[in-house]
Amino acid sequence: MSNIPDDLSYTKEHEWVSGLDDGLTVTVGVTAFAADALGDVVYVQLPEVGANVEQGDSIGEVESTKSVNEIYTPVGGEVVEVNQAVVDDPSLVNSDPYGEGWMFRVRMEGEPEDLLSPEEYTALTSGES
Amino acid sequence: MSRPTPLRDVHESLGATLTDFAGWLMPLRYGSEAAEHRAVREAAGLFDLSHMGEIFLTGPQAGEALDFALVGHLSALTVGRARYTMIVNERGGVLDDLIVYRLGDEEFMVVANASNYEKVGNELKNRAKAYDVVVEDRSDQYALIAVQGPRSQEILATLTDADLDGLKYYAGLPGLVDGRRALIARTGYTGEDGFELFVANQDAVPLWHAITAAGEPYGLKPAGLSSRDTLRLEAGMPLYGNELSAELTPFDAGLGRVVKFDKPGDFVGRSALEAVKDDQPKRRLVGLVARGRRVPRHGYPVTKDGAVVGEVTSGAPSQTLGKPIAMAYVDTGADSGLAVDIRGSHEPVDLIELPFYRRNK
Repeated sequence: MSNIPDDLSYTKEHEWVSGLDDGLTVTVGVTAFAADALGDVVYVQLPEVGANVEQGDSIGEVESTKSVNEIYTPVGGEVVEVNQAVVDDPSLVNSDPYGEGWMFRVRMEGEPEDLLSPEEYTALTSGES
Repeated sequence: MSRPTPLRDVHESLGATLTDFAGWLMPLRYGSEAAEHRAVREAAGLFDLSHMGEIFLTGPQAGEALDFALVGHLSALTVGRARYTMIVNERGGVLDDLIVYRLGDEEFMVVANASNYEKVGNELKNRAKAYDVVVEDRSDQYALIAVQGPRSQEILATLTDADLDGLKYYAGLPGLVDGRRALIARTGYTGEDGFELFVANQDAVPLWHAITAAGEPYGLKPAGLSSRDTLRLEAGMPLYGNELSAELTPFDAGLGRVVKFDKPGDFVGRSALEAVKDDQPKRRLVGLVARGRRVPRHGYPVTKDGAVVGEVTSGAPSQTLGKPIAMAYVDTGADSGLAVDIRGSHEPVDLIELPFYRRNK
């Protein structure tokens, strides 16, 4: 069973979102479940800082030995920071998906829709595993 | 529903990620596929290859039947030795690539890919009809466990009295491993020294545990299909369905050397292959090394000055080179200024002759 922290929100595309409480800037990454499913991550492509994105846009890629997956932004707004460390060392996605493996930060515009609670995401992943 | 191998419970207890491969439920990886890949290059890896097919030909004309059915000269094979060969259709298109072991004067074992062995078994039965031979698909009775990597011989030597020193590359001998009857073959698909052990289904689990225990001091790890694929790719070995298909002849794939025109008698595909053997193929199979970090993958176009000049057949990040690598069919003469169209972005690649990796012997 993958680690699913109870202080984050999730998406059906296996991303996590933190910092929703203050309603300003949120941090996004992929879940441990997704990292396990991908296998060794070898390449991460992230959006440009300053890009304006809408919820659900494909704004990057996570590539592993066997597959390529798009990163969909779970919130709309302006990308204010990307994690260069994970671009330089994509294995951080596997080793620390909720910490050093974070991907990008977005200054939110509007309320994101359809995010999942930890309980809902747990139910989703136990159905898939 | 995918078929499990006799080792399925072992894989699950090891926490493997299982995947469907050619109708079989197979371990994709146990942990990090990169670590499994490195273990095989530096120490040893343990693979379940029980999805492979084993077809036996037994009888006084077994060798002649194979000479007619396959492109190789199998009747000339010495007992105890093995050959890499192919089965083609009348047009010379590759139906599968095979390893054939001569087990006795009148007994051969044909090892076929999981995706093809039913087809191969049926073809062999049809093609052998005029010969005094019995063709029997015994794939359901055999498990196949491979130990691959530079420490393989030391590991196996702790479990068998068989003469491993005397067992050459592409040779096989019957013996006892951990007290279980096995065909011990010095073959593999990783570019390393190693052994493939054909055993009865019921011996697979205890043998796996015995090898795991014996290999522990040597750094042996269980290894899944993901690392098997990156290992064979580095070694420049073709995979049926990627580099080989019924649309390509052995010459198209740069493997014309397996076609033995000088053997006696006719064989299926002979006239078609004789007609093309001296042709310059329009495309040839080459290696590509990416300059960037994005991975060229199966089916992606190879381009030069924006025009398509080839297609990637297999690609993966290479542990050994530290860069993405690929095999591709590329127009003859297009050797430089190449790129791969990776989802719309033309990423530069350098062409090299295969393989990417060759072990120190």
